[in-house]
Amino acid sequence: MDVQLKRGLLDVCVLAAIKNEESYGYQIIKDVKPYIALSESTLYTILKRLELAEMLTVRSAEHGGRLRKYYRITDTGLKRIEDFKEEWQEILSIYQFVTKEDHHHA
Amino acid sequence: MRKQEFLSRLQGQLSGLPREDIAERLTFYGEMIDDRMEEGLTEEEAVAEIGPVEEIVSQTVADIPIAKLVKERVKPKRPLPLWAIVLLVLGSPIWLSLLIAALAVAFSVYVVIWAVILTLWAAEISMIAGAVAAVGAGILLFCRGDGAQGLCMLGGGLVLAGLAIFLFFGCRAAGKGALELTRRMATAIKTRFLRKKENA
Repeated sequence: MDVQLKRGLLDVCVLAAIKNEESYGYQIIKDVKPYIALSESTLYTILKRLELAEMLTVRSAEHGGRLRKYYRITDTGLKRIEDFKEEWQEILSIYQFVTKEDHHHA
Repeated sequence: MRKQEFLSRLQGQLSGLPREDIAERLTFYGEMIDDRMEEGLTEEEAVAEIGPVEEIVSQTVADIPIAKLVKERVKPKRPLPLWAIVLLVLGSPIWLSLLIAALAVAFSVYVVIWAVILTLWAAEISMIAGAVAAVGAGILLFCRGDGAQGLCMLGGGLVLAGLAIFLFFGCRAAGKGALELTRRMATAIKTRFLRKKENA
């Protein structure tokens, strides 16, 4: 897949993984992995980027005698998901146009 | 590999980065290993799933801007003594000009790479122009009744057009290659600012 496209998709996937409730690193990896390849080091970069863009907030909480970081989505993050859905409608109609052309020639 | 060994290796290879950047990453990867072990993986399995330390290091270097790396590298560990400051100031005609020279060399390598690409594209454009002109001239000569000369021109033009098509793919590949090369150069320069210290 195109690098730029994948980068954008990964951002949205990570946001989607924390959309309903806050989550932690390993859980996010497990949730996203069935759909798109995501390594630990890539996740770190994405989480940092999303935090800087104020699309999520981080807090540390105790878990089993150690600290674990939890990520929670913000309104800006939710807006990003909504924007993505709209963009995807456009891409879908382009996709339909492209595949229809294929069919026509076949 | 055990968790401690993994983390101290990572710390060693990241040394040279700002301290808080290292600490944050160590916490992150430590947590990742702990969470896997909590799910029943052994320590070795958990570490293996995180992937090689080198991959994390190169991703980290790519993420951190070069200005931050340089700043961290030149930041003295404790305040400089007066004689060092005096020496730095007195020595500035030497080290400053050496620094500028090094930057100029890096910059000129960059310019040379892109000059090659520019030259290739210039050749490509002139070939296309030559092909169009030769085909046009060939047709014109035909119309005037110079059959042999016209055919010659036309043939030459078509050969040029063919070469231009070949060169187009060459140009595109070279452009991509140059992009990759300059990207690697940037990573290599950035890596120079990491202090290599195993098991620090």
